[in-house]
Amino acid sequence: MASAHYPETEFGDLHRRLFILRVGLLLVVALLGLRLWHLQIREGPYYRDLSENNRTRQVLLEPARGLIYDRHGVLLANNVPSFSLYVTLEDVKDREVLIQQLTDLLGLDPALVRKKLMIRGSKLLPRKIKDRMTLRDATLVESHRLDMPGVMIQVESQRNYPGGVTAAHLLGYVGEISADQLEKPEFVDLHQGSIVGQYGVEKSYDRHMRGVAGQKSVEVDALGHEKKASVVERPQAGNDLYLTIDVRLQKLAEDLLGVEQGAIVALDPTNGDILAMASRPAFDPNLLSRELTAKQWVEIVQDEGRPLNNRASQGQYPPGSTFKIPMAIAALETKTMTPSSTVHCNGGYQFGKRLYHDWKVGGHGYVDLHDALVHSCDVYFYTIGQRMGIDVMAEFGKDFGLGRATGVELPSERSGIMPSTAWKQKAKNESWLPGETISAAIGQGYVTVTPLQMASLVGTVANNGVSYRPRLVQAVMDRTTGNLQELPAVPRGKLNAKPDTFRIIKDALADVVTKGTATRAKSSLVTIGGKTGTAQVAALRTGPEENIPKKYRDHAWFVAFAPVESPKIAVAVLGEHMGHGGAAAAPLAKEVIETYMKLTPQVPVVTSDLSGVAQPGRPSKDS
Amino acid sequence: MIDRLTENRGLDSFDIRYVALILAILGIGVLSIYSVTQGQPGGIAPFYLKQMMWIGLGAAAFIVMWASDYHHLARFAYPAYAFILLMLLFVLFEGRTSKGAQRWIALGPLSFQPSEFAKLILVLVLAHYYSKAPRVGWLQRVILPGLLVLPGLLLILKQPDLGSGLSFVAVYAAMLLMVGVRSQALGFILLFGIMLFPFAWEGLWGSLHDYQRQRIMAFVDPDYDPGGKGYHALQSKIAIGSGELLGKGLYGGTQSQLKFLPEGHTDFVFAVFAEEWGFLGVLVLLTLFIGLIWLSLEIASKAKDQLGALLAVGIVAMLCFCVVVNIGMTAGMFPIVGIPLPLVSYGGSATIMTMAALGLLLNVKRKRLSLFY
Repeated sequence: MASAHYPETEFGDLHRRLFILRVGLLLVVALLGLRLWHLQIREGPYYRDLSENNRTRQVLLEPARGLIYDRHGVLLANNVPSFSLYVTLEDVKDREVLIQQLTDLLGLDPALVRKKLMIRGSKLLPRKIKDRMTLRDATLVESHRLDMPGVMIQVESQRNYPGGVTAAHLLGYVGEISADQLEKPEFVDLHQGSIVGQYGVEKSYDRHMRGVAGQKSVEVDALGHEKKASVVERPQAGNDLYLTIDVRLQKLAEDLLGVEQGAIVALDPTNGDILAMASRPAFDPNLLSRELTAKQWVEIVQDEGRPLNNRASQGQYPPGSTFKIPMAIAALETKTMTPSSTVHCNGGYQFGKRLYHDWKVGGHGYVDLHDALVHSCDVYFYTIGQRMGIDVMAEFGKDFGLGRATGVELPSERSGIMPSTAWKQKAKNESWLPGETISAAIGQGYVTVTPLQMASLVGTVANNGVSYRPRLVQAVMDRTTGNLQELPAVPRGKLNAKPDTFRIIKDALADVVTKGTATRAKSSLVTIGGKTGTAQVAALRTGPEENIPKKYRDHAWFVAFAPVESPKIAVAVLGEHMGHGGAAAAPLAKEVIETYMKLTPQVPVVTSDLSGVAQPGRPSKDS
Repeated sequence: MIDRLTENRGLDSFDIRYVALILAILGIGVLSIYSVTQGQPGGIAPFYLKQMMWIGLGAAAFIVMWASDYHHLARFAYPAYAFILLMLLFVLFEGRTSKGAQRWIALGPLSFQPSEFAKLILVLVLAHYYSKAPRVGWLQRVILPGLLVLPGLLLILKQPDLGSGLSFVAVYAAMLLMVGVRSQALGFILLFGIMLFPFAWEGLWGSLHDYQRQRIMAFVDPDYDPGGKGYHALQSKIAIGSGELLGKGLYGGTQSQLKFLPEGHTDFVFAVFAEEWGFLGVLVLLTLFIGLIWLSLEIASKAKDQLGALLAVGIVAMLCFCVVVNIGMTAGMFPIVGIPLPLVSYGGSATIMTMAALGLLLNVKRKRLSLFY
């Protein structure tokens, strides 16, 4: 309860004091004004001169990018020293003369140099004109430096991929940040000339590997020649990545594809670790991480084989008969079929006016689910497809991760298509036709998948419905603290199906290899279960930029897992235009599986302690 | 006073001049922050955008403070003070460290600086105290309120945040002056102060962190050590001076663009502004500040009761102190202490706190709605 009245005098008092306060304040502000007048007007020219002759130049020290290793600590990406040429415009007397000098000395493209000099920005900040100079060129520039004020040679690190094209699509490549990227918030602490990942894990883990730039002050004399340098802030190296791939398996997978176009994905179904992910044709990341000429770039981009396309995660193909695996599970789970109920196959399936053929002329006779998978009977699946309808199929397909990206740590992963009535309404604004269900039932028509999705799918089946997000990075090493942070596997949930269902399907898939369509994948070392598939190229619908391939032969699929009793590896092989899956793709999958089994003894091996050997790397977790 | 009774009771206080001045100063701040932070790391969004977000939050705080009744607010003074003291304590143990001082409490992605809010709460506490205190004697006048100030002051100095600590003292001194310490007493304090100064200095000097000592030494002779601690002061002077009459224009500030000036968007934002807009720009900014202070003092002198007057005076004192010390330090008149320029420097806590304080000031202008009159 504030008292209501104050004596008059008190307020008078307050007013008097406020007056004093006002006068005092005015005095103080006037003093400030006076001081500023003194600084800016009287001494202005002096300070202006000082500021213009502030003869220190801040040079950014680029951080060393984090290294990349495979799961056993084999080096996949590192940095090698290289020389870069910087120009500080402030110290350049005549731009055109300088451009001429650089052109004469180093054979640079004058238009390119001019473009780099024209980029908006401070005249006082050195800008990078050329990187990856040879030692000879760098020496040449150094020896002519007195004639070229404002030019500076800086030793930096250059990304290097010792394995060349090995794992190119996974590693990706790095490049100078583009003008568009500079505008984006995630690159806010970078500057023109910064090197960032442009593809692969180099891109998706760029933040981790980037590091923090440091700074050096360089004192220059009036001619712009460097006199003295002192480091203000040391750069902080980026963090190292340990990938989940085994580079030996990766190499093998790539060699198996050889000159063929296609993809091989191998992963560990028990945790989602991608053991190998090959895509052919490939590119050399060393080449792409340098400054390419426009011509070189166009050559790569317009290459018929599209080497920049990671077919494993970005190639979308009809799954063909490999789609029969989720279909069979759906049939059992929806009770559309029991394991023993049969369908009679006479080589064709009449629907309305149309006859849908089985691949086997004359048909398979009476087949149950097991036989239908082993011999890949189309009519059986036409039948259950029609009984279930597309939306039930789509539901099961989606449960297996079809129609959406797996979430692997790679840029621009494609999702494929798991069609449904709703999908068609949305995508094409048409209603679903019953005949389309029949095509979809054997993995043709609108259904498209990526090899990565198929590897993940077969791994989920092998693992009795428990699924993990496929991943490429298993640990990050913090360079500043030396802490190795293991990234946990990411569970994606469990498929709701009876254990019996998985057992029946896996039995059938094992018989596919021993006596069915994929006997060429039979191995004396290990039991393998799998499914062949053949994707018709003529019916490809993979988006507008799809250029019609020259060859019209079908794509070959094979998905597999091994050992059947306790699966350790799941594989998907896709060979573009390689014909029938059993003949072409199955042997490749067998090779991958056998090699992995040899590389990864199931009995823990005690290795002698390698202490004292300075080797970056880590004990493998396979034992 | 019939006419007073017929006046609209709500919006009569909403002074458009006052709001326009605030917005103009805020605009200058955003512009300077924009200019200096081009291409600097700013986390998820560039600094100038984040500052606009802070201004938005500050506007909300302004409206809330203006719309409430300051008599009610005063009632919460002590609990609020207790809360903020806890926060300051918390910051010492759990706070986020930046440049060797622990001033921030992280709240998810944001962090806030309790010492900023402590200033405003201190004004509230002292105004509340003096409006109730009997007007007698030293004890009630000086000592007790001094004891009120002390825990906050010590906690803030411990961080260490010399700038906020000094504004605490400034607020206390201004209030003291307002409630009328007799002139003899004032003389007495001054005398005592001067006599104790060497001892106090010794104690103070010993308790300072190294960097603060260096800053003070640097203030004594900035040109002595151009690469060291005098560097800030010298570069700041060069920035301001080289602006001359007309300035170098947007982005033209070589000092700030070149990163010679650290903290160009926070404590030294004035130097950036002065470099880019010259003495003319500085005059405009100073005029805006004077206008704002003038209107605020106007409000203080027309306050209807002692509490209102004291609140207004405290807020004005705080504002003035920050403006004068910040500009003084960038212009090389005072040692460099971390005090942001109100409404101009980048900073969430400071911006929101200042705008809340200005809202409270405008609240004092409102025709009383209280039942007692």
